[in-house]
Amino acid sequence: MQSLEQIKVRIEQAVPGACVVIVANDALPTQSSLLLDHRHAVDVARFLRDDPELCFDYASNVTGVDRPESIIKEKVRVKKMVDGAECLIEEVSERKTRAYLEAVYHLYSMKLKHGPLIIRLQTENREEKTHLPSLTPVWRSCEFQEREAFDLFGILFDGHPDLRRILMWDGFKDFPMRKDYVDPDDYEYEPTPHDEVLERAKQHYKPEVQS
Amino acid sequence: MIAPREEFKSWQSGVAGNGSGNGSGNGSSYGAVRSSEAKLVKKTDDSLGGDLLEVAMGPHHPSTHGVFRMDVVLDGETVVKLKPVFGYLHRNHEKIGETNSYLAAIPYTDRLDYICSMTNNWAYVHTVEKLTGLQPPERAEYIRVIVAELTRLVNHTCLIGFLVQDMGALGTPLMYAFRERENIIDLFESLSGSRMMFNYMRFGGLRCDLPPGWIEQAKRVVANYSRFLDDYEALLSGNEILLARSQGVGVLKKDLAISAGVTGPMLRASGVNYDLRKVDQYGIYNRFQFRIPLGEHGDVFDRYMIRVLEMREAVKILDQALAQIPEGPINDPKAKLRGLRPKPGEVYGRIESPKGELGFYLITDGSPNPYRFRIRPPSLINLTILEDMCLGQSVADAVIILGSVDIVLGEVDR
Repeated sequence: MQSLEQIKVRIEQAVPGACVVIVANDALPTQSSLLLDHRHAVDVARFLRDDPELCFDYASNVTGVDRPESIIKEKVRVKKMVDGAECLIEEVSERKTRAYLEAVYHLYSMKLKHGPLIIRLQTENREEKTHLPSLTPVWRSCEFQEREAFDLFGILFDGHPDLRRILMWDGFKDFPMRKDYVDPDDYEYEPTPHDEVLERAKQHYKPEVQS
Repeated sequence: MIAPREEFKSWQSGVAGNGSGNGSGNGSSYGAVRSSEAKLVKKTDDSLGGDLLEVAMGPHHPSTHGVFRMDVVLDGETVVKLKPVFGYLHRNHEKIGETNSYLAAIPYTDRLDYICSMTNNWAYVHTVEKLTGLQPPERAEYIRVIVAELTRLVNHTCLIGFLVQDMGALGTPLMYAFRERENIIDLFESLSGSRMMFNYMRFGGLRCDLPPGWIEQAKRVVANYSRFLDDYEALLSGNEILLARSQGVGVLKKDLAISAGVTGPMLRASGVNYDLRKVDQYGIYNRFQFRIPLGEHGDVFDRYMIRVLEMREAVKILDQALAQIPEGPINDPKAKLRGLRPKPGEVYGRIESPKGELGFYLITDGSPNPYRFRIRPPSLINLTILEDMCLGQSVADAVIILGSVDIVLGEVDR
């Protein structure tokens, strides 16, 4: 398989205007990934699938990742004048990371038996701009897995043929795999007529004044 | 490597010849309408004004192999639409994985595909080993291959039992399958102390060594197994009902199978030579002589036959591994089980589980828990093309097609 740099160059030649960034992976450098931009993602995916040398015909794993805003504390040594003498002082600088959702695709080639090539797509934020282009038209195997990423993370895949909840039930409101998800105290709570009656009774009978 | 397709083909045509010519023909010529390309089947006489019938098969239908639901739209007996519905067994395994340490996630993987706990363990520890660079010793690698291939025998035998049960062979073949499964489960019990949830593998090795006499008992079980397979095949492979119900049913074309990410015996039944034991050569699979059986028609019969042939290959691997297994340690001395903190990064590891490619995707952030714990379930992804295979078939065949996909709901819903 060609190296990531070569693949990046080839993508930029084949799909004009595509913006590809290599995301390094410190723990396992052979599994570094390519970050694609939204507008050209489908074209790039088609190129990766159809190019005879790359031929990534098999999207094995598709998943979402939640990246909430986090504060990274870094210790920096700064030269400062203290009482007329120059000395090194450790200062802690705080940096906020961007909050976004991410879709990760692991591609392999069944024909040429190589891989993985990992591509990522990132949303603008976690609240309302969570749209990403769907790659289901390119690889059919993304169908259920993108549905799952929508269900559990709330990534909206534009162009997906059937974007519904898959594991949670239809009336479910939240996205359980997000880091800030708080599960309810009681899933099986159902309001019954009895609750209304109790409520009315509470209003009717004022609480007794305790002496 | 020579793919034994020729052998399989001659074998298959031989069987078709044994069948008595009426109905059970060659897979490709069986029935003109019965193809996955048959889209909406037009009603023959609209003046009758028959309505489409919507049926919710499941979640408690006995043929769905668990709590799985198919919303089927029927025109007469023909399936015109089919939507699978999941989630009845959903417990958000991935969230549980994020809250646990790396070691504590191992017992949970047993519960994914509860028929093949050993391969689930292996897929997970393989991924963590890839991340941390641990290397299990020789003996541990051999034991892993042995238990994984025994698991493959268990899974395929049971699947065939369930499949022919769906076809109407109530009882006997399934009981034969469970009788053989019992022998292997006994082996696993003496190995791990449990009969289903083994929790046996660890990063860089195994939890405990083989008990005395285990190898001899395993050799006896394996030696009996090929005899059992002969019996099983004599009972089933030439059976006219099985041929008539399975040949030409639920055809999956090669291109669609690749695009839909179908893996495991289903993919190879469609004629794609892709087995991770050969492609990735994880563990020590490069040391063993075995072949990858490939199908030609991609129908239910091919899927049945591929599993039978895969069991025969698994027996071959077991014979070699049980003969070659060396003495020695079973754990990497560098392995640290408790408080494992891999450095930040991510990893995707995969192995060939009996149902297909079982993968784990871990993102680490330097803390004792994974930041993201993702399971790539072969059962779920193999169901992507369930509707494509069932369209135009009769509803009774949809049951068989689902059976031939080989799902376990613990893995589909996670």
